[in-house]
Amino acid sequence: MHLHISWRNVWRNPKRTGIILTAIIIGAWTMLVFGGLSRGMMASTLSNALNTLTGHIQVQSPAYRDDPVIENQIDNPAELGKLLDTTLPGDARWAFRIQVGGVASNARNAEGITIVGIDPDREPGLSFYGDSLAQGRHLTPDDGHGIVVGQALVESFETRLGRKLVLMTQDADRETASRAFKIRGIFRADMEATEKQYVFITLDAARKLLGVETAVTGACIKLSRGSSRNPVDLADLDRTVRALSEKLSPGLAVLSWEQLLPLLKGYLAMFDSFMLLWYLVVFLAMAFGLVNTMLMAVLERTREFGLLKALGMKPVWIIRNVLAECVILLAIGLAAGNLLGIGTVLAFGSGIDMSFMAQGSEFFGMGHLVVPFLTARDILAVNAVIMLLGLLVCLYPAVKAGRITPVEAMART
Amino acid sequence: MENGKTTTLDIVDVKDVAKTYRQGNLDVHALAGVSLSIARGEFAALAGPSGSGKTTLLNLIGGLDTPTRGQIILDSREITGLSQSKLATLRLNKIGFVFQAYNIIPVLSARENVEYVMLMQGVSARERSDRARAILDDVGLEGMHDRRPAELSGGQQQRVAVARAIVSRPSIVLADEPTANLDSKTGQGLLEMMSQMNQARGVTFIFSTHDQMVMDYARRIIHLKDGRVVDDAVK
Repeated sequence: MHLHISWRNVWRNPKRTGIILTAIIIGAWTMLVFGGLSRGMMASTLSNALNTLTGHIQVQSPAYRDDPVIENQIDNPAELGKLLDTTLPGDARWAFRIQVGGVASNARNAEGITIVGIDPDREPGLSFYGDSLAQGRHLTPDDGHGIVVGQALVESFETRLGRKLVLMTQDADRETASRAFKIRGIFRADMEATEKQYVFITLDAARKLLGVETAVTGACIKLSRGSSRNPVDLADLDRTVRALSEKLSPGLAVLSWEQLLPLLKGYLAMFDSFMLLWYLVVFLAMAFGLVNTMLMAVLERTREFGLLKALGMKPVWIIRNVLAECVILLAIGLAAGNLLGIGTVLAFGSGIDMSFMAQGSEFFGMGHLVVPFLTARDILAVNAVIMLLGLLVCLYPAVKAGRITPVEAMART
Repeated sequence: MENGKTTTLDIVDVKDVAKTYRQGNLDVHALAGVSLSIARGEFAALAGPSGSGKTTLLNLIGGLDTPTRGQIILDSREITGLSQSKLATLRLNKIGFVFQAYNIIPVLSARENVEYVMLMQGVSARERSDRARAILDDVGLEGMHDRRPAELSGGQQQRVAVARAIVSRPSIVLADEPTANLDSKTGQGLLEMMSQMNQARGVTFIFSTHDQMVMDYARRIIHLKDGRVVDDAVK
């Protein structure tokens, strides 16, 4: 019956209730849409970073991270390969790579690049290499002189498919080594910097260039994300890193993307804080309306609260009843706000083209297409912020109602 | 009450009660040492002009306010000095109130208004409903149980208030000028009904009034003037 009465009290002044509900709905909607967009931008930034050869986990020589040269190689990759096959989850992908710094040159230009020796059969699906080809073809395992380069590099070197490009680097004996390659394919990446930075040759070609037999500089692992759209949401990551660390010889280091990209990890954590801050700012604006409305509702019922107290209602019951009205308002507002917010995020499920701010988005390492999405935690956070803080601010009018004395109330005309 | 001395039959015992309000820089002495007793089953009126202290005395007896000085004993229990929470419990279980106006909750029907006090007392839903319906019939509101206050006349609203006041079987009903906002015919009907309740159920009624009609119905009239009892007459 108490809830029934609170429900009727909420609808005493439908216009006022409508206004405050609108404020709650807009607040919840804004939080969810902004949250979804932010989550999409974060996911895009992280996916880009992981796709740009980082993967979820890398196994490499402990010294390689500080000094990425062929001397810091993994000598016996076959043994590591067997271990990865038996230890990794069934739906994980992995491949060996040789990744060293070098210089690319032709008659028109010479620039510093990163030479990436890949296993053409295993690399697709592991990095952007597999699905970014714009012209030509991918490398084949026996292609000893083929190279795949980025569109921006092609433009910068004023070259094209079929033309030669000379790669120069330091080999295992610390001697300068160089070799000519023919451009077989041109890839497009989300970021121009990526197109200029990386050139792909086969693992065998890289070994020949660097004068090593079977060595690689690392293994890159990508775990399955399952049904989650959040790239951060990887339950397998820590477990896999632990399992590999336990089984690997001490001469090898297992690094998760969080260790490989600490700046990005910090940036993503900061983004989460910004989201919470945004929720609080929106809530603050909403809270003024909520308190004001509830205060009006309480003050116009001063005589009624006085009567209830005269009849024997304790202050705490009055506070509870006013809070129940707040809960009803907040619950209705949240239900509608959630529907609207989640609906809007779903409506943009095919993604928002951010190419109008391409340079800005590239600065943050974000792709051109941002697909907004919400995690259960985001939805819960929005609802918890509005419901809990809403109740907290409603305490003021509720306590005010609880303090009304019957004599004061009855003296009011 | 016998010659101003308290007996075990007394439901209210007021001993040398004073109440002073602060109004701006002035002290207003609403009551200046009132002593009286009300016996169980009385139908008494506190009469006097505006400002004589009758509403203040009624509020003090009802535990709605606390005296500046003196002692009030209600149903053998000293109520001066009780906490707000204990006073609320006392009002809930021992006292029924009928006010001059704004007596019933606008969002509740007549039956729900009557049930509300029993709800606070923790009476079961079934019993609440049965008792509310019976008492509403008794006060002449058959067929109007589910009407909201806006659909009831002033007199009918006061009948709902009386029904609510007595449904919880209080020791005493305090009515502050219950007929002030009613026309004489409606007021007379209400008084008739309360008089019947008093006689049939033995419920003690104390009114504050300056309405002659209420004084005509009352079987004891306590006249107040300037915060003092100036006359106490049993008919």
